[in-house]
Amino acid sequence: MSAGKGSLRVAIIGTGNIGTDLMLKIERSPLLTLVGVAGIDPESDGMRLARSHGHLVSDRGLAGLLELTTDIDLAFDATSARSHAEHARLLSANGIRSVDLTPAAMGPAIVPPVNLPGTADAMEINLITCGAQATIPVVAAVRQIAELPYAETVSTISSRSAGPGTRNNIDEFTTATARGLEAIGGAQQAKAIIILNPAEPPVTMRNTIYLEVGDVDPDLLASTVDAAVGDIASYVPGYHLVTAPRLADGVATVMVEVTGAGDYLPTYAGNLDIMTAAAVRVAEFYAEAA
Amino acid sequence: MSDMLGQHRLKIVDTTLRDGSHAIAHQFRVDHVRTIAGGLDRAGVWAIAVGHGDGLGASGIQYGRPRHSDEELLSAAAEVAQHAEIAIAILPGIGTKDDLERARQAGATVARVSTVVTEADIGVQHLGLARELGMTAHSHFNTAHLLEPAGLVEQCKIAAGAGSQGIFIVDSAGALLTDDVRRRVVAMREALPDDVEVGMHEHNNLALGVANTVAAIEEGATLVDVSLAGLGAGGGNCQTEALVAVLERMGVKTGIDMWALQDLADDVVRAEVMQRRIEVDRLTLTMGFASVPASYLLHAIRAGERFGLDPRDIIVELGRRRVVVGQEDMIIGLAAEMAGNPARSRHLEAANE
Repeated sequence: MSAGKGSLRVAIIGTGNIGTDLMLKIERSPLLTLVGVAGIDPESDGMRLARSHGHLVSDRGLAGLLELTTDIDLAFDATSARSHAEHARLLSANGIRSVDLTPAAMGPAIVPPVNLPGTADAMEINLITCGAQATIPVVAAVRQIAELPYAETVSTISSRSAGPGTRNNIDEFTTATARGLEAIGGAQQAKAIIILNPAEPPVTMRNTIYLEVGDVDPDLLASTVDAAVGDIASYVPGYHLVTAPRLADGVATVMVEVTGAGDYLPTYAGNLDIMTAAAVRVAEFYAEAA
Repeated sequence: MSDMLGQHRLKIVDTTLRDGSHAIAHQFRVDHVRTIAGGLDRAGVWAIAVGHGDGLGASGIQYGRPRHSDEELLSAAAEVAQHAEIAIAILPGIGTKDDLERARQAGATVARVSTVVTEADIGVQHLGLARELGMTAHSHFNTAHLLEPAGLVEQCKIAAGAGSQGIFIVDSAGALLTDDVRRRVVAMREALPDDVEVGMHEHNNLALGVANTVAAIEEGATLVDVSLAGLGAGGGNCQTEALVAVLERMGVKTGIDMWALQDLADDVVRAEVMQRRIEVDRLTLTMGFASVPASYLLHAIRAGERFGLDPRDIIVELGRRRVVVGQEDMIIGLAAEMAGNPARSRHLEAANE
């Protein structure tokens, strides 16, 4: 299998579930060319897959990959928050843009349907959390039709899809999501909750978004939410409403489910799919802008 | 019988002011907190759990806004308690380490880090912080019916490794049978070092609250959660005054003033606090039967009213979807879906399976 033929040369750091899922999505992109994959475990499934797909591969991490090539426009970091600081330094030293999928949160945060154009020049951006990606576009859209003194989100994901990055940093997950709901979503105050459910078969990622909208026209609310859901679904095809938005006592309740594309990760892991899909969307935007 | 507790004395944690909060939609008044915490302290319980039913930081739309903040309630309890420890619950994913630090400031001395029984690792940081803050760090493994003893033991090792000094089997759904409790406590006691205690937190949905708690004590549990008049989520908790009476009859010296607890339960909790009778009725019994966390009760009743459904149908369907503590948002989506499909009576189907 050959890499894509797009204009933007990208690399992936990390050959775990996220990195491997990214690889399969990038291969499909008409705008991106995968020029290298960096991992540290030569025996990992992701590394084997990268080699069998004919990609340039280093098993000595990003430093090893940069010895093989520095002809990279943008790198996705799918490792860990702890590793990202060092990766960011190396990427910056080589003039390579960084899209961070770890919880390190060093650069500006991006939620593609909301604030992508404003970050065209940023060298280091991050994607906050899966909960943020799945809820902020809806919050930002509703903010256009109502004051939002308060927003609250509950993201339920399957235990199987929660990696160590989420588990060891669960407060950072909820805090970063809440700050994103405020800074990017436009809520004056926000709370984010995450629940891990161990049920078998695994549950599909679900998000409940509560919005204090006050007195708002129900039809306008429904059409606004529909449009926001459509925006996300344009790059995350499995993103959909569970039921029509409900409006009661000045609170709108929006429930969305994220079925993954099933590229490398199982379809229940919509929480991981929305991150890799958002990462590709960001890179494609830069490719189009270039 | 009095030897069965080994090196530990039985530590009774009254959770009227925390789990009981579920039964009154988190509307505890400060004066009730003072009266109840003061009475429990004088009666001699080891610890008094206080705060929002869903733990620190839970105030909001999903779990309900309390009349008073956790800090106000904790301060009120800490002011009147002369001997008892003040305990809080924190559910990682809902409450954060910042919330825990504020609770410590307000007077909490015992942190109960509550995770779904399969997810002990998300509480590692919070247990560590509790120890750093000089608190007693305990683990609450909620929705405990989800794991058999072997899996439970693996989770216990994670919590103990993170500094937990006591691990509770939290039967959130009141779904465990007495033998289920015994097998779990035995396995935990065998696997854990002596300095990590085992605890039991029962809900009375199947009318087994006191019996299951006594069974846990017989197998080596030295920490028990109880509530005055059973005030708590769903069918209520193991009843404080009833458990003490049973233990005294068994020859266990609890050192607790049973008569004072009875007065507190009847004169204050039943007379002034309780809104809906705490009992094993068709709704709470269905929760135990269908293994649904007791904290869902009022949410299921409200959704039933709103969508014109029998709350039992909602509860049974929630059980089928294997919900865990905290997923109350599932109820509205589910009820809306079921209301569009009114011909089906799901609890009857389930009973026939």
